[in-house]
Amino acid sequence: MKYSALSLVYEALRGNADWKPAWRDAQPKAEYDVIIVGGGGHGLATAHYLAKEHGLSNVAVLEKGWIGSGNAGRNTTIIRSNYLLTPNIQFYEWSMKLWEGLESDLNYNVMVSQRGVVNLYHSDAQRDAFARRGNAMRLNGVDAELLDRAQIRAMLPFLDYDNARFPIHGALLQRRGGTARHDAVVWGYARAADRRGVDIIQNCEVTGLVIRNGRIAGVETTRGNIRAAKVGVAVAGNTSRLAAMAGLRMPIEAHVIQAFVTEGVKPAIDCVLTFGAGHFYISQSDKGGLVFGGDLDGYNTYAQRGNLPTVEDIIEGGVALWPGLGRLRVLRHWGGLLDMTMDGTPIIDRTPIDGLYLNGGWCYGGFKATPASGWCFAHSIARGEPHALNAAFRLDRFAAGRVIDEKGQGAQPNLH
Amino acid sequence: MRIVCPYCGERGNEEFTYQGDASPTRPDPAGADAMQKFAEYVYLRDNPRGPQRELWYHAAGCHSWLVVTRNTISHEITHVQFARDVANGATPATEVGR
Repeated sequence: MKYSALSLVYEALRGNADWKPAWRDAQPKAEYDVIIVGGGGHGLATAHYLAKEHGLSNVAVLEKGWIGSGNAGRNTTIIRSNYLLTPNIQFYEWSMKLWEGLESDLNYNVMVSQRGVVNLYHSDAQRDAFARRGNAMRLNGVDAELLDRAQIRAMLPFLDYDNARFPIHGALLQRRGGTARHDAVVWGYARAADRRGVDIIQNCEVTGLVIRNGRIAGVETTRGNIRAAKVGVAVAGNTSRLAAMAGLRMPIEAHVIQAFVTEGVKPAIDCVLTFGAGHFYISQSDKGGLVFGGDLDGYNTYAQRGNLPTVEDIIEGGVALWPGLGRLRVLRHWGGLLDMTMDGTPIIDRTPIDGLYLNGGWCYGGFKATPASGWCFAHSIARGEPHALNAAFRLDRFAAGRVIDEKGQGAQPNLH
Repeated sequence: MRIVCPYCGERGNEEFTYQGDASPTRPDPAGADAMQKFAEYVYLRDNPRGPQRELWYHAAGCHSWLVVTRNTISHEITHVQFARDVANGATPATEVGR
């Protein structure tokens, strides 16, 4: 059923009795043209674009739990393209453009809200670095504005401007950045892919890869073996485990990042705000809760939960920036797993196994990438070679010396 | 998460700095395949789901480098040793009291 104002009125008059499930509960077939491992935002977006852009609809998305139950449901929903390095700017800007048209493409309300992303700076040196980043963005056709102290104070009067150690000097603003509703993105892509014939198979965990003579032949799952000539892996957080099934070692460590939401309050902040002197970012959900986070914990883990010293550090940053936050209670707090790569940049590429494609290494920034990640991964799988937008996100860039290190930290994943 | 430092005793993990997997060893720079070995040493990780031997530095304590055996699923720490003892092959791992 195509959603429209008319269908809404019709269903309201009938007591909402005729709504159909948004996607089928598909059973696995013996063989597909393409199998996507991982039913998160990236996997489902890949399936959608495989069907829509490349005419491949004999596709299955395999998800070990229920769709969107991993990192797609654990992020802080921010979308932006305010990067410094050209490959990142161009890729994330394409993602931003897809976000801007996503609701009409999917016929689904994913609640894209371009409320602006504000990065505060607190020193002359940081202003220069942000001006450089803003200029890099503008050279790539992306919107960026450098605001001075008076301009940012008019926007956000409640911050601590006279903090003795970290006074606020101004901000870099991307007005087109903002937030989207993370669950709706998953459901919207799932519904759109399903409508084009993609099988979404939940509670189906991949336990092995079938490889013959260096070529992928299918996957082993908890619901039996499934054949496919092409398999795409989109399981960020667990990429190393899937890659190990193909005998591959990855330039990735699994880390955890924590996120928080407060009790709901009246509209308090109408943008996404980041602290430049510590690592802290915050926005307000449509339900009123303040959603915030900061640094990763910094050690390898698959636990999907973090430790208290990081909680303390993040909240100290938040209260230093916005003292009024101290009056609020945190309602929920959770952790999500990160594929931290050695240069802080993702991987969308072929692998040394023919027909096996890899999408991972999203570090702490996978949500905003969802549309472009799926779009580029679908292109790579369908054509057998990367699109220009993901040509730099190669698996072999590390050994080749072509790292894309946005933060300049080197091969120390917990510092990116 | 708390780490039992062999010198300082049990401390919160905020006192320590993490340096990652302790198992990779520096390749021979004069070896024939040194380029490939170094690329693997610097960039590739086993990234195990389960027990891992890893390096922690007690920055806010005795400044010792430690080799900690920790489970990456449960965060349970089973062994802690001074890294210098591991390097010298001196003492067997001391099990953390459970």
